[in-house]
Amino acid sequence: MSDPKIEGYEFKPGFGGMAADTASDQTMFKGVHWGKAMMWIFLLSDTFIFSCFLISYMKGRGSTPVEWPNASEVFGLHVFGVDVPLLLIAIMTFVLITSSGTMALAVKYGYEKNRKMCGWLILATAIGGLTFVGMQAFEWSKLIHEGVRPWENPFGAAQFGSFFFMITGFHGTHVSIGVIFLFIYAYKTFAGHYDERKRGWFTSMKGDYVEIEILGLYWHFVDLVWVFIFAFFYLW
Amino acid sequence: MTEDFKDNKVIHAQSSETIPGGAGGSVPDLDYVRPAEVSDQDLYHGHSFITKWVFCQDAKVIGIQYFCLATFTGIIGLILSWLMRLQLGFPEAAGFMTAEHYYQFVTMHGMIMVVYFLTALFLGGFGNYLIPLMVGARDMVFPYLNMVSFWSFFVAVLVLLASFFVPGGPTGSGWTLYPPQAILEGTPGSGMGIILMCVSLILFVAGFTMGGLNYLITVLQARTRGMTLMRMPLTVWGIFTATVLAMLAFPALLVGSLMMMLDKLLGTSFFMPTILKAGEVLEYGGGSPILFQHLFWFFGHPEVYIVALPAFGIISDLISVHSRKNIFGYRMMVWAIVGIGALSFFVWAHHMYVSGMNPWFGFFFATTTLIIAVPTAMKVYNWILTLWRGNIRMNTVMLWCLGFIVTFVNGGITGIFLGNVSVDVPLSDTYFVIAHFHMVMGIAPLMVIMGAVYHWFPLVTGKFLSEKLGKWHFWTTFLGAYSIYFPMHYLGFIGVPRRYFEMYDSPYMTSAVGMNEFISLAAFLVGAAQFILIFNIIKSLKTGKVAGKNPWQANSLEWLTPTVPPEHGNWGDRLPVVHRWAYDYSVPGAKEDFITQTTAPSEVADTKVEKT
Repeated sequence: MSDPKIEGYEFKPGFGGMAADTASDQTMFKGVHWGKAMMWIFLLSDTFIFSCFLISYMKGRGSTPVEWPNASEVFGLHVFGVDVPLLLIAIMTFVLITSSGTMALAVKYGYEKNRKMCGWLILATAIGGLTFVGMQAFEWSKLIHEGVRPWENPFGAAQFGSFFFMITGFHGTHVSIGVIFLFIYAYKTFAGHYDERKRGWFTSMKGDYVEIEILGLYWHFVDLVWVFIFAFFYLW
Repeated sequence: MTEDFKDNKVIHAQSSETIPGGAGGSVPDLDYVRPAEVSDQDLYHGHSFITKWVFCQDAKVIGIQYFCLATFTGIIGLILSWLMRLQLGFPEAAGFMTAEHYYQFVTMHGMIMVVYFLTALFLGGFGNYLIPLMVGARDMVFPYLNMVSFWSFFVAVLVLLASFFVPGGPTGSGWTLYPPQAILEGTPGSGMGIILMCVSLILFVAGFTMGGLNYLITVLQARTRGMTLMRMPLTVWGIFTATVLAMLAFPALLVGSLMMMLDKLLGTSFFMPTILKAGEVLEYGGGSPILFQHLFWFFGHPEVYIVALPAFGIISDLISVHSRKNIFGYRMMVWAIVGIGALSFFVWAHHMYVSGMNPWFGFFFATTTLIIAVPTAMKVYNWILTLWRGNIRMNTVMLWCLGFIVTFVNGGITGIFLGNVSVDVPLSDTYFVIAHFHMVMGIAPLMVIMGAVYHWFPLVTGKFLSEKLGKWHFWTTFLGAYSIYFPMHYLGFIGVPRRYFEMYDSPYMTSAVGMNEFISLAAFLVGAAQFILIFNIIKSLKTGKVAGKNPWQANSLEWLTPTVPPEHGNWGDRLPVVHRWAYDYSVPGAKEDFITQTTAPSEVADTKVEKT
């Protein structure tokens, strides 16, 4: 994206430009919507939450005297008579990353004021997210069926179940909240709220297509966190 | 001059260069400020009682709501401290109190004062009221979210207070809530008490995050024309930096609380090692109690600065206004605030010296801890240099400021003792520690709050607080607080341990008995003195002297609203335009001893005002 035009303000490239923006009056991030700046800072805070979770996980895994379960066995699927390690997770990850792609396209079409395309792509993203949560529910029930509990499991250290359910649960909650908002935004897009700049239900602020980009930021973040959770739980 | 404003790199907060003289108003470009980038804020105006005063979206009302609720919980914390002092000083008069009660009071007093009183008051109360006014915004940028933030805090307080009424009572594990004892039988409130505490903290963090996003974006993206970061009053800098710390530190508390709640409710073993109880092995095993300590103090140490930085900022403004001088070394003050904030994330393990750690870690954390003394000392010198040869008004506000400096230096010096591992180890868990942190993050920020209340009361209500009552309030509090905490250093040196319900007949502590009685008497007095303020507020609201506009002859924007107290939307039809920093006091050649931030350069072209 090119820099926005601001009357009486000249944009400069590089660090000099950044320093000039910081030292200027009114705004630090020139032309950035308030909501977008807020989402970035919220995500920074949320990053710290997930970092605390994952660092605790590393510490917990390090301090337990019992052996840690073998991830590729625990998370394997038995399909057509063959044991395939990490099959479900691979599909889940693929679905979630794909939904990030559709989200990015939705943002693009939103800014082009292509209401229909934008709405359908948000809906596709929501369905991707829903599929992910559904598969996660399947994975949870499979593990619970095999006897994995937050306080114990038949494969090894009890902390395995504790951390697994807590962290994937916390991430799954993020995804679910995202899905709910995606459905709401899809409705609002189709109903033309962003074109008409209709006021929000709660905040009574005027609607704008930038809201889709803001939700998109959240969605990409949730995906990114999943990559880390994937690496830490399934590949380590 | 036009070039100067276009090229933002040359705008300095403090430059030795003065604006060249000339006839006022003869150079029109002198007053140029580039046009607004963002269109005027679209505000929701409440009309009913509910939308105006209860579920209100006006940051000023939300600030007052935060202030009142935080004060209410603070009074509960105060009463708990009275009960503790009654037990310590006069155990025979406190027959109704068991050891369990005592631990519960200690815990709730600590948690309430640190989180629900000081944090909520500084950031929620002063932050909400002052940020939009001081940066020249109409309101916080997300008023609805701001309202939800307060009501989350409200629910968090309700849940916290509800724990007094559940079976087993509130948790009694100390405000640090260390597992494993916090959730094991034998600790008071290890059932519902600790669960409600964790739930309340999680709600507080969620609510605070919503408020914090508001404070940050308002400062970063919603300043008025001409208001550069380096022209902001230090109050805004302090609250802003503290909010950044809170946004990065509270996650650790949230995660710690959640994991402990799961340990209690689901029987996970995040923090629980293998435990033998009465010869029986408990279900728990394999967890790490030290992990909780790390999570807690990764929150807990920045928390100290979440309380202290707004206090630093506010005190700088109060001192500058009431000694009619610009703040000494404004830029240094800003960088000191930012530097302290950054360093505060690298010192947390100095709370864990006695938990057992590699000596090299102790060395590292002692070093970082002592480095923090550098920017902090710079700030103290700057406050003193601001007072130096100032035209000091010896009013109540100034008394609180002076009280703060003395108390803060005192608490800071004992902090240097405790920051060193070898000195800390014998002193840890004694009354020396109690004295240290009450001086530095209890009494000192409290003094700032009091000064700020006396300073901004005329803005919020349009009336002055009574100076006479204010002076009584100050002297009782100041002398009383010293009577409480100064002897405690000595108690610590003779080895009186903290968190003990009773000393029984420990022979080496006979000298502590009389001192404990004295401290308790002082504590009752200081606690009671705080009600002078409440009486003063009620009395002044009714019969106080009417303040009018800008009663302190201050420069910053909050005093320059068209109406006093400011209305919703703050600025009437036109947003203010800022031409200078907030500290142009006693400028040589100026008609009055203050030049407000909105005064155009052409109006003061004959004076020796510095270009900011």
